[in-house]
Amino acid sequence: MRATVVVRPKQGILDPQGQAVESALEHLGFSVSDARVGKVVDLTIDGVDADEARVQVERMCEQLLANPLMESYEVEVHG
Amino acid sequence: MASPQPRVGVVTYPGSQDDRDALWALAAVDAEAVPVWHEETELPDLDAVVLPGGFSYGDYLRCGAIARFSPATTAVCEFAASGGLVLGICNGFQVLCEAGLLPGVLLRNASLRFVCRDVPLVVERDDLPFTSRCTTGQTLVIPVKHGDGRWFAPPELVRELETNRQIVLRYGEPCNGSVGDVAGVCNLDGNVMGLMPHPEHAVDPLLGSADGALLLASLVEAARTRALSVV
Repeated sequence: MRATVVVRPKQGILDPQGQAVESALEHLGFSVSDARVGKVVDLTIDGVDADEARVQVERMCEQLLANPLMESYEVEVHG
Repeated sequence: MASPQPRVGVVTYPGSQDDRDALWALAAVDAEAVPVWHEETELPDLDAVVLPGGFSYGDYLRCGAIARFSPATTAVCEFAASGGLVLGICNGFQVLCEAGLLPGVLLRNASLRFVCRDVPLVVERDDLPFTSRCTTGQTLVIPVKHGDGRWFAPPELVRELETNRQIVLRYGEPCNGSVGDVAGVCNLDGNVMGLMPHPEHAVDPLLGSADGALLLASLVEAARTRALSVV
């Protein structure tokens, strides 16, 4: 089972990387705002169905992949 | 009769850089400095533990996030839970925050630049095992060198820490964008402390400052008292 986790800096947390990216995009002539930089974790879990995969990935997020003080996460399970 | 030297451990993770400096500095303030390898599941007989600076396990994912699961960190958590003295410096501070022993988290500096310079630090409380040789309100000069030192906690947690007097050190000038200019915090019981500046790099006037020795000597003195009380 394939799964994708997207980890984002929480709303309201200063994200200087996002600001730097936004500034660089503006230098390239793009009109953008609110750029935020997060992380994507792709992984494969063997021998489980989609429901169990989701349960396991949620636990991975709570224990390691995201720090709840500063990050939110979304889990997507692909067939 | 010379008072016995307390045994202070320094954990070396893969990627630790300041472990040797910490060992040297602790010996300079009259401790028996004991190296502890990250794979050790049990700590040797120690009176205090220091988690040093560096980039443990490459600091992949988040600073300190992987080191939190190392066998030695688990042993340090048990040591702290039984009242043992634990000091985290820089990366060690990040590890203690990730492990949940200290409040908050360390984020990328607001400037996105690595800061490497001496900074003034204001001592917020002098009644801890880590600050007994300092005076509340005193300014210490100790170097920082980090890219991810912006301490952050949500406002309600900051208020709680202020009420509980868990903020131990603040930068005397803007450094990295930390909430409340926080440079060091302790746990509620006061036996675990973390700070981003490097006291082990400031233990001799030849190094530009000896103010770091005040913090380390406080720790060693507290460790000695504990060693004697156990005997």
